[in-house]
Amino acid sequence: MRAAVITFPGSNCDRDLAVAFQSAGAEVVRVWHKDAELPANVDVIGIPGGFSFGDYLRCGAIAANSPVCRAVVDHANRGGYVLGICNGFQVLTETRLVPGALIRNTNLKFVCKPVGLKVENAETDFTSGYAAGAEITIPVAHHDGNYRADDELLARLQGEGQVAFTYTDNPNGSAGDIAGVFSENRRVLGMMPHPERAIEPLQGSADGQALFRTLIDGFVSA
Amino acid sequence: MKARVHVMLKEGVLDPQGEAVRHALGALGFDGVGGVRQGKVIELDLPEGTTEETVTQMCEQLLANTVIEKYEIELV
Repeated sequence: MRAAVITFPGSNCDRDLAVAFQSAGAEVVRVWHKDAELPANVDVIGIPGGFSFGDYLRCGAIAANSPVCRAVVDHANRGGYVLGICNGFQVLTETRLVPGALIRNTNLKFVCKPVGLKVENAETDFTSGYAAGAEITIPVAHHDGNYRADDELLARLQGEGQVAFTYTDNPNGSAGDIAGVFSENRRVLGMMPHPERAIEPLQGSADGQALFRTLIDGFVSA
Repeated sequence: MKARVHVMLKEGVLDPQGEAVRHALGALGFDGVGGVRQGKVIELDLPEGTTEETVTQMCEQLLANTVIEKYEIELV
């Protein structure tokens, strides 16, 4: 099983994300943002956290229009899996692969701490390693994680099981306490918390490990 | 020629930065500021004859996120 991890100028969680995929059993290829094509036989694409292009214009906006992101959109449109974390989630909203948008935290503060998450949909290839409704601890580190969706979209996301995780104690003002959302086909996941920073007990929590394991084991057994 | 693009959050989209500016104005003694919305202005140097349609495409594809933002184009 092959995972591609993309690096933009300003990405800073790309190595951690590669380690998380590797430790869960994936072969990882690193991809530079100017590459217009992805390596062959990539099963999952990881879009890491950081500050791509210095957060200029809007977080993730310039990365979303980079050559590699056109390949990411093609991969997703073919039914491929994509995991975008933090800045990667912002990139995914900018490409419209996941719905909604992310703006400045309501309290205007950069929030950097472990947070409680509730697993809202445990019937996906990303989350089936968790019990439905399980509460897990994963760190967040962001300034612009305030998820915005109008009432109609919010109702649809909640009704259709497109909400992946919610915060147990909302740190950023997100609508519906949303911490992560799926695309309609549940193969693209965008989330603000950093599961790659919680893959072994030494990091304070290993609750992120199941996400990577589940996703990768799905390919091994398939 | 130049174009000036004004990008604002849509009505109803929370503007945390605008709210902070409103509070700060109140703290300075400017009472009665009912609301503050903060946007951005983007100035573009363009070849003569560039159409508004081209600038619209720039807005749709990059300059604004139309999920949460609206834009106005001024050709100058």
